[in-house]
Amino acid sequence: MSNRAKLFIPAAFFAVMLGLLLYGLFHDPSKVPSALISRPMPVFTRPNLFKDSATVSNEQLKGGIFLVNVWATWCPPCHAEHPYLVEISEREKDVTFVGINYKDDAQAARDFLQERGNPFKISLSDLDGTLGIDLGVAGAPETFLIDAAGTIRYKHIGAIDNRVWEEKFVPLLAQLR
Amino acid sequence: MNPIRKQKLLIVGVILGGAAVATALLLLAFNKGLNAFFTPTEIAEGKVTGTQNIRIGGMVKKGSLLKEGLQGTRIEFIATDFNEDVPVVYTGVLPDLFREGQGVMADGHMDAKGVFQADSILAKHDENYMSSEVKAAMEAAKNKQAAKTVANGGAQP
Amino acid sequence: MIPELGNFALMLALCLALLQAVLPMAGTYTNSQLWMGLGRPLSAGIWVFMVLAFACLARSFLHDDFSVAYVARNSNTELPVYYKFAAVWGAHEGSLLLWVLILASWGYAVSLLSSKLPLDIVARVLSVMAMITAGFLAFMIFTSNPFDRMLLNTPTEGTDLNPLLQDFGLTVHPPFLYMGYVGFSVAFAFAIAALLTGRLDAAWARWTRPWTNAAWAFLTVGITLGSWWSYYELGWGGWWFWDPVENVSFMPWLVGTALIHSLAVTEKRGVFKSWTVLLAISAFSLSMLGAFIVRSGVITSVHAFATDPERGMVLLALLLVIIGASLCLYAIRAPVVKGSASYAANSREVFLLINNILLVVATAMILLGTLFPLIHEAIYGEANRMSVGPPYYNTIFIPLMALLAFFLGVATFSRWKKTSLEHLKQNLKLVLLASVVLGIGLPLLVTSSINPAIMLAVGLVLWIVFGVLKDILDKTANKDSRLAGLLGLGRSYYGMQLAHFGVAVLITGVCLTSHYSIEQDVRMKPGDSVSIGDYSFEFGGVVERKGPNYDAQSATINVSKNGKAYRVMNPEKRKYHARGDVQTEAAIDTGFFRDLFTALGDPRGDDAWVVRLHVKPFVFWIWLGAFLMAAGGVLALLDRRYRYRPVLLAQTTEAPSATAPDAVMAKVVNS
Repeated sequence: MSNRAKLFIPAAFFAVMLGLLLYGLFHDPSKVPSALISRPMPVFTRPNLFKDSATVSNEQLKGGIFLVNVWATWCPPCHAEHPYLVEISEREKDVTFVGINYKDDAQAARDFLQERGNPFKISLSDLDGTLGIDLGVAGAPETFLIDAAGTIRYKHIGAIDNRVWEEKFVPLLAQLR
Repeated sequence: MNPIRKQKLLIVGVILGGAAVATALLLLAFNKGLNAFFTPTEIAEGKVTGTQNIRIGGMVKKGSLLKEGLQGTRIEFIATDFNEDVPVVYTGVLPDLFREGQGVMADGHMDAKGVFQADSILAKHDENYMSSEVKAAMEAAKNKQAAKTVANGGAQP
Repeated sequence: MIPELGNFALMLALCLALLQAVLPMAGTYTNSQLWMGLGRPLSAGIWVFMVLAFACLARSFLHDDFSVAYVARNSNTELPVYYKFAAVWGAHEGSLLLWVLILASWGYAVSLLSSKLPLDIVARVLSVMAMITAGFLAFMIFTSNPFDRMLLNTPTEGTDLNPLLQDFGLTVHPPFLYMGYVGFSVAFAFAIAALLTGRLDAAWARWTRPWTNAAWAFLTVGITLGSWWSYYELGWGGWWFWDPVENVSFMPWLVGTALIHSLAVTEKRGVFKSWTVLLAISAFSLSMLGAFIVRSGVITSVHAFATDPERGMVLLALLLVIIGASLCLYAIRAPVVKGSASYAANSREVFLLINNILLVVATAMILLGTLFPLIHEAIYGEANRMSVGPPYYNTIFIPLMALLAFFLGVATFSRWKKTSLEHLKQNLKLVLLASVVLGIGLPLLVTSSINPAIMLAVGLVLWIVFGVLKDILDKTANKDSRLAGLLGLGRSYYGMQLAHFGVAVLITGVCLTSHYSIEQDVRMKPGDSVSIGDYSFEFGGVVERKGPNYDAQSATINVSKNGKAYRVMNPEKRKYHARGDVQTEAAIDTGFFRDLFTALGDPRGDDAWVVRLHVKPFVFWIWLGAFLMAAGGVLALLDRRYRYRPVLLAQTTEAPSATAPDAVMAKVVNS
């Protein structure tokens, strides 16, 4: 190797490292693998959040693409992702947004949705968190993507932002459509 | 040999020596310090054979933590990825963030009975996510805040 | 209004930084004294506006202005005033503000203390520093502005500062660390200036050395404070975890250490020039890499800031520009600064080269370990993940440092250019004999057991200490009186010896603590007691206690020594109101020869708790040694020759003048 070429070794080394870091930016090494994927949605019946007398069951979550969001007013990350959920619910007309209000105060939840916009076509209340247990939910927010057959195709733990949406949900939605 | 060439040879020699020492140490260190990561599902699928050191990750299954009535500082819990479970045994002090229903990572090895013997436990904490356990604490803070600021109004949009 | 003022100050600082990045540098090409002269007033301006911005953010914290999003996320009305101030740099945005403020301060310091430097060098150095300042300021203003407001939804209460950070050690740790990280930007800027001009001589090395020493000393203190903090705040009793965030602060330190030694060679002998330049670039590049890793979430760690890949992208682009450009400049221009003095195999030059190789190899290994999970995932896919544990680092680092300690002793006695083997033999015979005999004898005598690792460590420590002492004695032997001789030795000489002595103290602490600590994690009920060595720990139970912004479960542990009451220790578990986070607060009895460390674990029913009881001999020496090293660095930079000696340009003792780059290049190509 000529002397001049040798001097480019540090720069080349840096270029490789830069590539690696770029790769690392888009791969989170810490995430826990999602479970429940490719399993059917558990069987459930829960009260409608806005009408105590009415109920919502898993049968209603079939025959289309559903995005099920587990949320609560006590969880700050849910507050953070809320405007974005509203935004995508207006954009993705063929996806039915379902909100599971998790271990929350129903009145507070209704006020919250009225105040800040309601992205959910279907809202149900999981007061005691038992549906959460069936779904393997450990906190909020968590978001599930369900296909026309009622099978869970993806689960996201944590708040959804533009990057999560574009990277995780958009490709899957393209497949499902 | 002219002095400049001799000097160059010297530098190359020192660098090669350094590289040799580095490579030898690296091989040794890779043997000792690298832990492959497995999920409970992978363990159930039999991907782990033998008792080499590994790291497992998952959630602490609700209601699975056993810490009373055991010998010394031993604790037992089940790590789950909501698909498969792995029983874990650990002796020592639990980290502050360790809670049922929260993420956990553990370094250790599988024993012959299919129990994970943990040498160390790392609890995980995610700022983008909040477990329901924190709810109570949040409410306490909220109540206090409400009491403090009488005329709030919260600046509705 | 105040946050807007702060925002405005940031904008003005950015404008001035852009001007400074361009004008003085352009002046060096057009030979305009006026433009080059703008460097100094502009750096003063940047500094003033950065201080103003910092003051504005501090005021928002002190007045609980929760309309500022950053304040709302990191403060709380209950937070003690002292921590409200420290919370300014408690998370990403504010710590970035501190980072840039410190960068501006180093720039201002250079402009104040460079009156003896040629104007064109000052202009280039200040321009390069302003380019970095401008880059990070733009990053802050457009992706992580600490003054962003939430006027529509102003919360009435903040979510509090992360309780881990509510601690004295961690409030002073970041400023020191940043002073160190950012301080390397001065050496970096000098290196770029040298590459641009092709003038890299003894004078250049003499200007760069004090700045490098200062940055290195700050970084030493910063890392030490971080280690001390994790020792008493994380509640595990460990002091170094090879955590990615620790690693990224350690790498610039190691390269900085190599740089200090290589600068010495460049100043005295005019060789290793391009290597020195590469180290100067690397030290600052690794500092910036550290900033990236901590702030982008590319590698997870307990200390990392909240992750945001968009910020990460911008930061990565910034690194690409700054580091990429400087390394390419290096590749193109390095032949211009080649030195060509000769030295023999057993000269001090070669021993310092060995020192450099060992330090750089250690850095590379740590970098590999830190990035390995990422590399593995990139090659084998997400399903096959790997983690790198402390055994990896210990296996590599301990032998390398043992070698380093050995060569440290030899190098002290070696001479520039050529050392006769006879000279080395004569000087080292006694030192070697004494350290081998005592290294084996002392541990045997004290512990009456044979432990090769300890014997090696004690031997190496004595090897360094005896070497330092003998060298000082030799250097003063021929003077009229010892005292006159001692006074005649320069501060930079004493600085070096003090730092080397610090290394010996540090090794002692690390070794003895690692081997002779007694650590017991036991389950205790009130009334239970446990004996460790001379000490007996009696658990008195746990009571509730109220703190300013937390509730604590406070344990009482009565410690007695040889049967006599010694003291009461109260380790706590604290639950912070605003976030609900639980935090272990260890109770530590610090002594010169041993620490008693107690921490409260988790409850195990029936009033029983798990309690962590450690007796750690010599742990204090770790921090003492590190502080001695930093003190050595400071002492060396106070040396007279950095201040009073008039600077003569391009007039080196041995190296040929580097003003004819083509000739040098031709020679390099020929050889």
